[in-house]
Parts: sequence; structure tokens; C-alpha cells
Amino acid sequence: MLTLQYIPFSEIEPLSPGRRIAKLLTGVKKNKIVLMQGRLRPEEEAALIQKTMEEVSKEFRGIELCTINQEKKNKDNFQQLKQLFTKWLVGDRDSLTIIGPANVVKEIKRNPDKIELLTHTLKKAKKRKRK
Amino acid sequence: MIKKLKKILSKVLPNLFKKKKHLKIGLYGPPNAGKTTLANKICKDWLGEDMEMGTASAIPHETREVQVQENINIKKKGKQLTFNLVDTPGIATKIDYEDFLKHKMNKKNARERAKEATKGVIDAIKWLDNMDCVVVVLDSTINPYSQVNITIIGNLAARDVPVLIAANKTDLKKSNLKKIESAFPQYPIVGISAHKGKNVEELYEALFDLVN
Repeated sequence: MLTLQYIPFSEIEPLSPGRRIAKLLTGVKKNKIVLMQGRLRPEEEAALIQKTMEEVSKEFRGIELCTINQEKKNKDNFQQLKQLFTKWLVGDRDSLTIIGPANVVKEIKRNPDKIELLTHTLKKAKKRKRK
Repeated sequence: MIKKLKKILSKVLPNLFKKKKHLKIGLYGPPNAGKTTLANKICKDWLGEDMEMGTASAIPHETREVQVQENINIKKKGKQLTFNLVDTPGIATKIDYEDFLKHKMNKKNARERAKEATKGVIDAIKWLDNMDCVVVVLDSTINPYSQVNITIIGNLAARDVPVLIAANKTDLKKSNLKKIESAFPQYPIVGISAHKGKNVEELYEALFDLVN
């Protein structure tokens, strides 16, 4: 059984970058696929990779990570400016971040218009966990 | 008064930059994109045939420590560029020792390699803060819309580090330069084959344009 954990932006927003990353990794290390409303800043994404690497072990082999932006193309300058200002003011809530444990999620294929989430068969994932 | 100030600034500013010993140009990218192959090609071209920075391999995470080659001096059309080249371990979000077993490696060595690779990724990210300019090396046969590529380039943009994308392995049939161009339209992209030395001259030209 695959478990999805949804984290709304309001839960992440008040946290410090370190606590945000810890919260995301806690869910992922419990073999959950975390869906977070919004996205991390680039520096936080790098810190998430760093923290993930620190925690790689026999049981935890890392993460699959993907961010989907819902930004519409062909916006005029005013709309782009408005969007930038909104993001600066209230954060990037339009995006969706998907983080899954690498032993469950084999690959997240992202093309501009679609996302494909390929998982390991559950049997294999359990076997890997037992090893 | 303004003219005088301009004159002073024009004299002082270049000297300020001269004080900075050399530019640090980093090679960043996912594992197996060809960073070390490109680093070796640059060293051979400008330091001599025997000069290599590291061993390139088909097994991912061959480079697990940051390597620095100092004082590379490139000369082109009367222009000159001296820099320290930093070859970094490939950045990945997962490292599974079982992947190394597929390359006929024994369990002990595979686990050791995985452990070293995780440290390599951490170091590569730490070094982002030290870079003056970065060549992001991507494998042009692979889908460029990966989060690792986006995170690397996003981090460099956030740090205001100039970026040049080297779309490597253009000698291979599966190579798709256009896909990389459409994924990262805001950056200069040069298609190369570091292994065959194809189009590397164009990369040097682009490097001059980026730095100057």
C-alpha cells in the first residue's frame, strides 16, 4: 500500500528552513510519498539534498524529488510582475512538491506537461527494507 | 567632479578585481554527465597531454571528492583567461549501493563507494558558495527536466553565479540538444562531446563571453 501525506503550505510556512526539511524527511523516511503545497527555495532544496545524503543508510537510500509549477506561460508583463509580488508577499503556493523515498519511488519523470511517478513493486521495496 | 570620480573609479575597480587571485570555474552536474571527461580535456588542451584531473568511468560517482586544478590559462584571439578549475562529484538525490553491484563490484566496495559518494554530494553543494562561474555539464541523451538539474541551476541563479550549460555526448545518436535548449532557454548552451573533443573550442569561446 502506498501512503501519501499532504502537507499544506500553512503547515510549512512558519517553520525555519531546517525544520521544514526535517518535517519533509520525517514523512519520507516513514515510506510515505509527501505532497507539499508550494515549493522550497533553491537553497532549501540544496539543503534537503545535503540532509538526505547525510541520512543515507542501508534502509534509506535517498529521495526522488519533483516540483510542479502551475505558472501559465504567455503572461503579459503586468501579470508576471503581479505573480512575482504575490510570491514575495505570501510565498509560492501555486507549486506542488512531490518527495518520495527512493526505495518506493523508482523515478519521477517530468516533462513540461505531465508527471509520471514510477514505483518499485511493493514486494521488492519490502525486501529491500528487510536487507 | 563626476568626471574625476569616474576616472578614479575606473582606475581603482580593475585593481580591485586583480587582487582576486584567479577565478574559480566549477563543473557541476548529475553523475555520469561527463564532468571529469571535460575537466581532463580542458587540462590536456591547456596544460599538456599528460595532464588529467581524474579518472572518468562508466560507473556512476567515480569522482567522489572535489578536485581542483590551479592556474589554467586559456588564450583565444588575443584574449586570456586564467582560472582554477573545480571538478565536483555528481549531485544526486539518491545513492543505492545496489546500483554499483550491477557494475560487477563486490558488496563491500559498493557500500564503501556509496558512502563516499554521499559525502561527495554534500561537498559539491558546499562548494557552490565558492564559485565565480559554473559550467553545468548535462548528458544530452537524457531528459533534462530532472529536479537535480533544476536545483543546481536554481541555486546558481540564487547566488548570482554566471552559468554556461555544456550539453555533452552530442556524438551519441540519442543526443537531443533542442530538448536542453527548451528546458533552459535563459542560459547559453553549447553542445559538445568532451570524449571526442567535438565543439570544445566553442565552449572556450562561450566561457570568455560569460566571464567578460
